Amino acid sequence: MEGQPVQPAPEETPRDANPANVGLELFGYVGIEAVLDQMRIKTMKTGFEFNLMVVGQSGLGKSTMVNTLFKSKVSRKPTGPSYEERIPKTVQLQSVTHVIEEKGVKMKLTVTDTPGFGDQINNENCWDPIIKYINEQYEKYLREEILISRKRKIPDTRVHSCVYFVPPTGHWLRPLDLEFMRRLSKIVNVVPVIAKADTLTLEERAEFKKRIQKDLKAHGISVYPQEDFDDNSDDRILNNKIRDKIPFAVVGADKEHQVNGKRVLGRKTKWGIIEVENPAHCEFPLLRDLLIRSHLQDLKDITHNVHYESYRVQRLNESNRLALSPINGLLGKDEVESDL
Amino acid sequence: MAVAVAVGRPANDELRNLSLSGHVGFDSLPDQLVNKSTSQGFCFNILCVGETGIGKSTLMDTLFNTKFESDPATHNEPGVRLKARSYELQESNVRLKLTIVDTVGFGDQINKDDSYKPIVEYIDTQFEAYLQEELKIKRSLFNYHDTRIHACLYFIAPTGHSLKSLDLVTMKKLDSKVNIIPIIAKADTIAKNELHKFKSKIMSELVSNGVQIYQFPTDEETVAEINATMSVHLPFAVVGSTEEVKIGNKMSKARQYPWGVVQVENENHCDFVKLREMLIRVNMEDLREQTHTRHYELYRRCKLEEMGFKDTDPDSKPFSLQETYEAKRNEFLGELQKKEEEMRQMFVMRVKEKEAELKEAEKDLHEKFDHLKRTHQEEKKKVEDKKKELEEELSNFQKKKAAAQLLQSQAQQAGSQQTKKDKDKKNSPWLCTE
Repeated sequence: MEGQPVQPAPEETPRDANPANVGLELFGYVGIEAVLDQMRIKTMKTGFEFNLMVVGQSGLGKSTMVNTLFKSKVSRKPTGPSYEERIPKTVQLQSVTHVIEEKGVKMKLTVTDTPGFGDQINNENCWDPIIKYINEQYEKYLREEILISRKRKIPDTRVHSCVYFVPPTGHWLRPLDLEFMRRLSKIVNVVPVIAKADTLTLEERAEFKKRIQKDLKAHGISVYPQEDFDDNSDDRILNNKIRDKIPFAVVGADKEHQVNGKRVLGRKTKWGIIEVENPAHCEFPLLRDLLIRSHLQDLKDITHNVHYESYRVQRLNESNRLALSPINGLLGKDEVESDL
Repeated sequence: MAVAVAVGRPANDELRNLSLSGHVGFDSLPDQLVNKSTSQGFCFNILCVGETGIGKSTLMDTLFNTKFESDPATHNEPGVRLKARSYELQESNVRLKLTIVDTVGFGDQINKDDSYKPIVEYIDTQFEAYLQEELKIKRSLFNYHDTRIHACLYFIAPTGHSLKSLDLVTMKKLDSKVNIIPIIAKADTIAKNELHKFKSKIMSELVSNGVQIYQFPTDEETVAEINATMSVHLPFAVVGSTEEVKIGNKMSKARQYPWGVVQVENENHCDFVKLREMLIRVNMEDLREQTHTRHYELYRRCKLEEMGFKDTDPDSKPFSLQETYEAKRNEFLGELQKKEEEMRQMFVMRVKEKEAELKEAEKDLHEKFDHLKRTHQEEKKKVEDKKKELEEELSNFQKKKAAAQLLQSQAQQAGSQQTKKDKDKKNSPWLCTE
């Protein structure tokens, strides 16, 4: 840990008007930056948790996408001829949890699938089970948090990111998509992607994206990365670049093929091989970078600091209001419970 | 069509380990986390407990390689008070908000019974502030300026014998609230062999009195070794100095005596380097975490239990905390109302009593007044009567007087007539006897 003496840093101007916070000049190396390493080691030891939800109609390639993202068989696709009969009559949520490790970093990954979403003839309120599930996770965390003797590390099952698969019609967002995204972007980070993008040419893709962006703006839907949560100008520049490309047009594949002597993940068709990791072919690398490599911590932070806090505020205010009225206090609480 | 929720989970709750067939990239997670924390900055709060003049400020200056402006304290403080100062340090891209809390006047009084109380109060106040923020409905914990004390450096005077009883008492009171790191101050007054004896005496006294000092963590392989070797040297014997002396061909921090030079950063001379390693370079994050997960949680649990909350069993209504709080509040309000009623009643009663008294007094006064008036009337009448009598007498007397005068005048007249007659008689020839 003994480092060479670092140039004394320039005097730090006080950040707030508090005169007690004086910026001081260091005469030599102290070693404060070693705290970064300490933090890194600690987080690597405790591991990370990440909960992802994929929503979309069946057959859009959700399970394949998740497998491609995490390069392993995360979701087990039902294969076989009886698959058609298995479309559930109601929206179900299935969670699968795995532990994956890479270079010493352990991650507990939970993927929640929603088979049956948007598959019925009458799809009214098909988002209700999903909203209920997300709120249930917030509720669980909240209850753990207000215990008197809390656990050292509260298990985090809150959904950090919801990937919504938009079918590649090429025209506009359908009413179902708009309704769903409108309701869910208020409680969770929604990342819309265009599924099966290999059915669109590049021009069609650009047109489709523009229309989607216009639609989202017209309806006031703010998807991740939300504009309100940009911390500083650097973040804003980076996030603006990402926002230009939302929604990502992705193709999922879990089979490897030979291209130019290299083995790449891709889809083989009669007219060519679509390479998943080739940015010229599809935007899968962008999605992967956004979700995992650069913004994973940000997704978790926004879920914890914004969505969870607003749920907590709402919940505490609710029970506060209900508790105050003496007559239907007890009744009100039961109602609230059944709302979940 | 009704939609129901059915969350399917795998039959066994055990997590499966997956093997990755390629590079996914989430090994950058720690870096993402670190970057985020760097942009927010770190908070670190140190509490220095020790007698006046033992070298607390100098040691802080030496540790952080800078000059914290502060004047030395006087020795005649009436009690212990805590002075907190905040500074912002920056090294490469790490911003540290350092708060140093000093105990001014510790150990100076004649009666030191209550010396530890202000310190414990201060620590509790910081915990309370954090708890309040956490219990708020609209809270902002992620940019909350954490003022909880992360490390307490306890300065032991270099007597060479053992711990003072003040030290034992204070440390016992603080060990469940803060991470205590005992250090021997002004270690250049103790010789090497005496130092060893002193250290072992101190450690055995701490153990026998059940004082729990901060244990350097030994469960993480990277730091276990260094922590284990350093723990052997507890308490660290330190020397602080901000003056530089030329030794060999470079300037280093040292204290110059006529008989030699004590180098601060020389491990043979004192344990300063060990303290700096342990406190800053190896365990700063662990100190912060211990404060949050152990000491703060203990405080929170005690405080909430004291207020009457209990954890209920898992299948009870949600927000039992809220419920209990509401129930308590209603109870309290009810009590308050009752008390108010009582007070009002009492007040009304008192007013009535007072009124009655006053009425009585008024009546009395009226009676007296009447009585007096009557007496006065009577007296007046008497006086009138007497006056009348007197006047009667007077008039009688006047009458009598008048009558008497009349008689007198008559008599005189008669007398004069008589004398005239007498005179005449005298003058008559026959009486003249000359």
